Amino acid sequence: MIEIRNLTKQFATHTAVFDLSINVAKGETLVLLGTSGCGKTTTLKMINRLIEPTSGSISLGGVDVRKQPAFELRRRIGYVIQDGGLFPHYTVAEAIATVPNLLGWQPETIQERIRELIDKLRLPQTLLSRYPAELSGGQRQRVGLARALAVRPPVVLMDEPFGALDPFTRRQVRRELFGLNELRETTVVLVTHDVNEALELADRIALMDAGQIVQIGTPDTLLKSPVSDFVRDFMDDKPHRLHD
Amino acid sequence: MTDFVTFVREHADKLLEQTLTHIGLTAVSLFLALLLGVPLGILISRRSRLAGSVLGIAGVLQTVPSVALLGFLIPVLGIGVGPALMALFLYALLPIIRNTYVGIKEVDASVKEAARGIGMTDGQVLTKVELPLALPVIFAGVRTATVINVGVATLAAYVAAGGLGEFIFSGIALSNVNMMLSGAIPAALLAVGFDAALARLQRLSVRKLRVGALVFVLLVPFLSAFYWLSGQQDKLVAGFAHEFYGRADGYPGLQKTYGLTLRPRLIDQNLMYEAIHRGQVDIISGYSTDGRIKAYDLLVLTDNRYAFPPYDAAPVIRQTTLNRFPALGQILNRLAGQLTDSVMTALNYQVDYQKQSTEAVARNFLNQIGLFKPPQPGERDETVVMGSKVFTEQYILAEMYRQLIEGHTQLRVVTKTGLGGTQICFDALRTGAIDFYPEYTGTGLLVVLQPSASVLDHLPMQSDTIYQYVRQQFQQQYQLDWLRPLGFNNSYCLMMRREQANQLGIKTIEDLVDYLANK
Repeated sequence: MIEIRNLTKQFATHTAVFDLSINVAKGETLVLLGTSGCGKTTTLKMINRLIEPTSGSISLGGVDVRKQPAFELRRRIGYVIQDGGLFPHYTVAEAIATVPNLLGWQPETIQERIRELIDKLRLPQTLLSRYPAELSGGQRQRVGLARALAVRPPVVLMDEPFGALDPFTRRQVRRELFGLNELRETTVVLVTHDVNEALELADRIALMDAGQIVQIGTPDTLLKSPVSDFVRDFMDDKPHRLHD
Repeated sequence: MTDFVTFVREHADKLLEQTLTHIGLTAVSLFLALLLGVPLGILISRRSRLAGSVLGIAGVLQTVPSVALLGFLIPVLGIGVGPALMALFLYALLPIIRNTYVGIKEVDASVKEAARGIGMTDGQVLTKVELPLALPVIFAGVRTATVINVGVATLAAYVAAGGLGEFIFSGIALSNVNMMLSGAIPAALLAVGFDAALARLQRLSVRKLRVGALVFVLLVPFLSAFYWLSGQQDKLVAGFAHEFYGRADGYPGLQKTYGLTLRPRLIDQNLMYEAIHRGQVDIISGYSTDGRIKAYDLLVLTDNRYAFPPYDAAPVIRQTTLNRFPALGQILNRLAGQLTDSVMTALNYQVDYQKQSTEAVARNFLNQIGLFKPPQPGERDETVVMGSKVFTEQYILAEMYRQLIEGHTQLRVVTKTGLGGTQICFDALRTGAIDFYPEYTGTGLLVVLQPSASVLDHLPMQSDTIYQYVRQQFQQQYQLDWLRPLGFNNSYCLMMRREQANQLGIKTIEDLVDYLANK
């Protein structure tokens, strides 16, 4: 679904991503894992062209992302960021309707989709007219996801989506969200520095360091056959509650 | 307090007109500032390199004192609404640009990125996310600009653009506290009222604020219309100095004597000539021997019913000085009747506009009338001290007297020019600090003698009578003598552009009244 070839991003002072290549299969959840500054977020943002690469290419479903206007590309890619990235002046209903509106959906279709999503995300109807400031962190995160999924995009990018939540809520929300059918059929690229989150959600993990992938594979592979001490240390540096 | 209420009641229609004009001026300038300021603020939020210079320039404009700003604008935009609106517009720019810029800059970066990330175009990010979120900050800027403008709009009265400043500045010119307050209080109330109304708007929730801002933007041009509604015009437009408009012997005197009814625009007296020259007004008030009458080719309308008290110039001299130098009176009197209005105007013009020295102008004139004699050599033991007030005409007269005395007598002349106002000159004369100075009969009457209203009512306002009256009173009360008048009468007058007056066949104030009456 997503093909990244020899991707390099050179900033003025440093190289953020260097010669990186990954394939993400349809319906797969790939987690980009690593410390801050390892290039994982830069990689993610190059997929929806919030950052343009210095060299290399990215294609989505076989089409080069640069072949179309960035905004059209982004409307077909869900995007979730920390704390939802909601607009303070949009109600929950307006937030979910944002992308459908951009795509010019019929109002009835949008209403129907909003109802469907808040049902699935177990958000109460009464929330629809609230503003983000009136929601809990978990609710905001759900609304952020609902906004990203509203037009059923084939690909969803998530940048530390649960980063703003406390550990308890975080586990709860991510389990709920990733239990959704909607997400199961969707190709997801998720950025995190949280090993547990990666282990729990990933089909495959790409562990990054200094702009390059150190090891890519299933959680099991990374746990059981780390290619280097760095991988072992990183995967090991976890609280002992893997199976909570 | 009751005086104040009476004043307001008597001038209610004028006050309403001024208030509407004031609101109109404020609103138009605000609207224009929004039209330019918001896009400019958006632009510099996109091009950060421009931000410094744009905000810098707007900041500098803000620090220019308002009167100075008007001064710079008059040569470019003339008199009237133009410079007033431009000045207000410039003052309103900074808060609007800056707050638009800051408001947009302060929108959370993650929100902006989310907006781009979900597929909004740059324009959509701006209109759907940045501007709505920046709105409260932008609105705070509008509020600041509004309050500034309500205040600065009072200065519009300097340039004949109307507004509540008319009462304020007339009040100051006439030391009329009630008049001043009836301008100042509504201006203050307007500022407070606008501020409170905008503050309420600002407190509304984001959604209501959007509606509120829309209403505001629609309302502004509507309010602006007040300006033009109130700007109804006469066939000929009069522009009067604030002092002339309010002084009993100025416009009110004209109204009483001629039944003249105009809707004069009030204007700073130094700007009037420029305004009539540019055809922005057709009739102005002024002084009948002003050099600018000649410079701008104006026609002084004859005051055939004597509405303005005469201000015939004549030397006032101490009786003791005359006794000491009996010849002095005769020498000074040789100038009597030599200077007509037009001659004096021309002499003023030569000094003020042709930049000739008073010494040369005086000598040339004395030569022309055959009175010039070079000073005789020899001892000059005895001294006569001459005073003058601080304006060109008096300097010229002083110079003539000096040359005259030195040419025709063996007296030494000490000149004390630049004795501020009438009161200072008069006191200097009375106490013997000076021996004589040129004074005007009207001034002697109204400033020095200050007779009661009943005396004034019975005094025909004609040159002869007034001269005789002040002469007699000065002799009786102060032992001061008025020598014979010089011949010109530097009184208040109305003037028009000569060309227009000729076209309309207007020579006298009576003609003007007739012309205005025949619609």
